[in-house]
Amino acid sequence: MKNQMRKNYSVIVVGGGPAGLAAALGARQAGAERILIIDREVETGGILNQCIHSGFGLHYFKEELTGPEYAERFNQQVRSDKITILTDSYVLNITPDLKIEVISKKHGYLNLRAKAVVLAMGCRERTRGAIRTPGFRPSGVMTAGLAQKMVNMKGVLPGQRVAILGSGDIGMIMARRLILEGCQVVGVFELHPFSSGLTRNKVQCLDDFDIPLHLSTTVAFIHGRKRVERLTLAPVTTDYKPDLKQSWDIQCDTLLFSIGLIPENELSARLRIKMDPATGGPQVSSTMETSLPGVFACGNVLHVHDIVDFVSEESHRAGRYAAELALGMRRPGDNITLYPGENIASCTPHSLSSDREQTIYLRVKQPVKDATLKIGNRYEQKFRTLVPSEMVKLSLPPKVLNHFFGEQLRIEVSSEEGAQ
Amino acid sequence: MKKELICISCPMSCPLELTIVNGEILSITGNRCKNGEIYARQELTHPQRVVTTTVACRSGLWPRLPVKTIAAVPKDYVTNVVTELHEVEVEAPVLLGQIIIENVANTGIAVIATRSLPHETVKE
Ligand code: SF4
Repeated sequence: MKNQMRKNYSVIVVGGGPAGLAAALGARQAGAERILIIDREVETGGILNQCIHSGFGLHYFKEELTGPEYAERFNQQVRSDKITILTDSYVLNITPDLKIEVISKKHGYLNLRAKAVVLAMGCRERTRGAIRTPGFRPSGVMTAGLAQKMVNMKGVLPGQRVAILGSGDIGMIMARRLILEGCQVVGVFELHPFSSGLTRNKVQCLDDFDIPLHLSTTVAFIHGRKRVERLTLAPVTTDYKPDLKQSWDIQCDTLLFSIGLIPENELSARLRIKMDPATGGPQVSSTMETSLPGVFACGNVLHVHDIVDFVSEESHRAGRYAAELALGMRRPGDNITLYPGENIASCTPHSLSSDREQTIYLRVKQPVKDATLKIGNRYEQKFRTLVPSEMVKLSLPPKVLNHFFGEQLRIEVSSEEGAQ
Repeated sequence: MKKELICISCPMSCPLELTIVNGEILSITGNRCKNGEIYARQELTHPQRVVTTTVACRSGLWPRLPVKTIAAVPKDYVTNVVTELHEVEVEAPVLLGQIIIENVANTGIAVIATRSLPHETVKE
């Protein structure tokens, strides 16, 4: 067979989306020789390929790009860096001694070895099953991301009259997309009293097209035996239970779910890596290494981001550290541990080292105004507003970290008043 | 008169508060960078949007090619732009940045491909 696959690599990256591409480039920059990206799709780029709207790259490239443009910049760099890409291939299993079993369209079954592995599998959408929406099981019920792939890549419309449950970014972006493609969007319904996507998406996707957003509302029943025919909607009480006395019906043939993302960690679970229940991803050190030596994690498989630029930044770092390990370089172990306190939903990484600048990503549980973020007793930063849908990035220089040597740090957010 | 706007120029989505007297903007607060001010002035006088959509692509790796207007078009023209692009079909291979239409919906603005799309038979 021509093009026989090499068996041994310095760094193998599982997943060729934004995280995997950046990790591979980071590994190359740190000097790793043989780098392989494995992806199950026909091409790399991941979800970016179907995110045809703009809004990407403002941090990383300092200009606004569409998803495909953002992906292409990375694809080109990966190609010119001569990083090997294996598409149409699925990683079946990773063993603790870093053997990687792959099933590939072109090469069949492969058993590869790596000195370091970067987990960059991304995340997938929560489905109807995750929130157990009552009703029949007709066709026309799907996730917003699936509808996005159908419309933007395959040119197929999911239906004519569409309702969207959940105001996640993909849901709101699909609302606009479907209107432009000639569908009717009867409304976006959100369980929480606040929108769960970026405010700019509410403005430019919903308000621009007069699409109503109903907060504190959910789908109480899906009607229709073959195809969705109608939905029963209901406002929810403060404990998120539908108030059926005030319910109403709406006609539609399609229901899209945009109710959040879950890191795709089946491979990590099989490796028995220590997980963080708050993020749904692995626990990682300041070098993005999981509890299993040689296995690194970055991007949405680690914790769900809302900006791809942060994924690229984090993954580039993870790739660099993976390459360092593959090249035999040792760094001092972490000497500070981090844990979430008051109004912090999650923070990553889970430990820090005071020998270099550290980047922390965190999310709050509840929206707050005029918030003070505290780390331990000695570091404070003020924020005008903090909302769960916008991840916060903090950079801590060694001179701050030095105060914390050997400590267990609690991160917390307090505020004078709760915000709407 | 006070008016509230959300800046949509970046994901920070800053809430802007404008003070307007006789149709003139006296002050803008809430923006975290100068783009917020530019946005507010534009949005108040001539709101405009960059349009992203797809066109059909014959024998491409995918049947749809993503495209965008190279600059923002007046907001009222968004629907016309998309409608005109519904009729367009290109042939693979297409290169990133390739012009699809020179002047879309009489806006004077070009539409370009936002990715390279290889021929369906070309695989890496
Ligand atoms: S004002 Fe600046 S920082 Fe705020 S949303 Fe607009 S562009 Fe972004």
